Amino acid sequence: MTTQLEQVTEVITRLQNKPGALLPILHGIQDKLGYIPTDSVALIAAALNQSRADIHGVISFYHQFRTTPPGKHTVEVCRAEACQSMGARQLEAHAKSSLGVDYHGTTVDRSVTLEEVYCLGNCACAPSVRVNDEIVGRVTTEKFDQLIDELRSQKLEVL
Amino acid sequence: MTALSTKVYIPRDTTALAMGADRLAAEIAAEAAKRGEAIEIIRNGSRGMFWLEPLIEVETANGRIAYGPVETQDIDNLFEQSFLTGETSHPLCQGLTEEIPYFKRQQRLTFARAGITDPVSLQDYQAHDGFKGLLKALSLSGQTIVDEVKASGLRGRGGAAFPTGIKWQTVLDASPTDGDQKYIVCNADEGDSGTFADRMVMEADPFMLIEGMTIAGLAVGADQGYIYLRSEYPVAHQILNEAIAKAEAAGFLGEDIQGSGKTFHLEVRLGAKAYICGEETSLLESLEGKRGMVRAKPPLPAIVGLFGQPTIVNNVLSLAAIPYILAEGGQAYADYGMGRSLGTLPFQLAGNIKRGGLIEMAFGVTLRELLEDFGGGTFSGRPMRAVQVGGPLCAYMPESQWDTPMDYESFQAVGAGLGHGGIVVFDDTVDMAEQARFSMEFCVAESCGKCTPCRIGSTRGVEVIDRIRNDENRAANMELLEDLCETMIDGSLCAMGGMTPFPVQSAVKHFPEDFNQPAISSKGGA
Repeated sequence: MTTQLEQVTEVITRLQNKPGALLPILHGIQDKLGYIPTDSVALIAAALNQSRADIHGVISFYHQFRTTPPGKHTVEVCRAEACQSMGARQLEAHAKSSLGVDYHGTTVDRSVTLEEVYCLGNCACAPSVRVNDEIVGRVTTEKFDQLIDELRSQKLEVL
Repeated sequence: MTALSTKVYIPRDTTALAMGADRLAAEIAAEAAKRGEAIEIIRNGSRGMFWLEPLIEVETANGRIAYGPVETQDIDNLFEQSFLTGETSHPLCQGLTEEIPYFKRQQRLTFARAGITDPVSLQDYQAHDGFKGLLKALSLSGQTIVDEVKASGLRGRGGAAFPTGIKWQTVLDASPTDGDQKYIVCNADEGDSGTFADRMVMEADPFMLIEGMTIAGLAVGADQGYIYLRSEYPVAHQILNEAIAKAEAAGFLGEDIQGSGKTFHLEVRLGAKAYICGEETSLLESLEGKRGMVRAKPPLPAIVGLFGQPTIVNNVLSLAAIPYILAEGGQAYADYGMGRSLGTLPFQLAGNIKRGGLIEMAFGVTLRELLEDFGGGTFSGRPMRAVQVGGPLCAYMPESQWDTPMDYESFQAVGAGLGHGGIVVFDDTVDMAEQARFSMEFCVAESCGKCTPCRIGSTRGVEVIDRIRNDENRAANMELLEDLCETMIDGSLCAMGGMTPFPVQSAVKHFPEDFNQPAISSKGGA
């Protein structure tokens, strides 16, 4: 069992010599751990010969990078215009109230983190939701509930 | 046995998958096995008729027969009614795919192979004219390639419509400060809502993009390319990486391309959910591993680009048009289109539309033809009210403007833009004041923060529109909003702050009634 920081170091060592390595490193860490632990900032900074402020500045600039652990699944609701025209505003409101969280929040049982996203490129079959790496189209409030139920029952199986 | 098996095409495109294509493919395979039917499932790209997804096709002696949209509960029935022989009586049967009017009316140059081939099959690609342009380019001088692109009249498809050949000439003529290093960067940060043409290129025909970028490298003497892909496109990411690996293994990419001694390396880099990184200088900063802050121009990226070196930054569609231009000649491409808008543009019908999808046609078709003849009206069945063409930074157009021909100059003349060709349709339930508010809100979320009018102006814009919607000093606040819009347009470095006011101003101008009434919460309001 490797520790988180060992995994972070592995990613940094593997990618630090790429030109413009910082985004690939941050993606690499987040893909592995689900987030970028605060402790890793100093390690990245040292490897790239940049200041910790530089690294923090980049992490905080991009909506995707997070510094706290997410829930077991990430559910992103598209807020952009094509989805709006097909009822995304109602879907957003439903997602927040049924999960009991706002955007960037994680449900009490830690099964789902809710995020906003601006366009998933599925604009002809809107509204769209992304569940982990899967995109789902024509999402009604009923279909949303069904997706969440499936995620939560998966969690039980794993446990 | 394989020779007798029937080919069944089930797309692996994002929209097809979003409508259940993976599960459908698995269940069709299982059902065929159960019934002892020999089938070969090919995961093709999408034809772009998204309202029919998942659209499955069966190969017959007469051509491919389409069925869609197919759901898992239809499978049993399809087998019962012998869909594997192309039986056309099934209610989901659309007939021969290429005879479907939506498809037949199009002029497909860039999307000629989309949906026809297996996107990661080199054999398929080459059997359908793939790499013809590259093989030709390998024998030409850089200047000759650039001249061919100039002759095509191709203008950047990202939205700014800058002549591609001129940009390439600038990079060809520029001197790097770091040895002879130049770069080709593909802007695949397709962030505009209502657009999916780039995604379709990458998912349906990735070798075409690889070929276009390689030709660009040969033209200007660049041996390294990057595709900056938005992370919201996981399917495209997967397919691009598969295609790059195959192209490298077959000697179409990497060292000594096809024995020519020429080199071009290509790598996909992921964005991280930042709309501003679709702006080319912000994109370059991001590729360099920095915050995506917009750079002042000049210097142009063509002269001082990625890591300070001369760089071509082109949109996916611009680079995807290159193989055809090289294979068939610039003039063949220029024969399509009108005036100064030459070639074709893939229009993308999205939002509240009955038949959404990708329509590649020469410039000059009118917006109404797309909305009515192709789109068939709204999905909801209610009257259409507003159409946003060109993404979140372009104007909302009222019905009086729908007869405008789709070309750069005609759109500019009515104060609208074509952008990347995305068309988002709204029905009569839309609250245009709420849409105007969203434009400002989006800018709050996505501004890089460099220019004050964009960073602060957008926040003030949300507040002013809220006051208008709450009927506080309406007349004075309307005036303030107009003043704010002008400040943002005049005082911002890039299109984010400079164009955010366009949808706002168009909403105010064309839909004033929505700003004269207190907000009604039943319209999904605040």
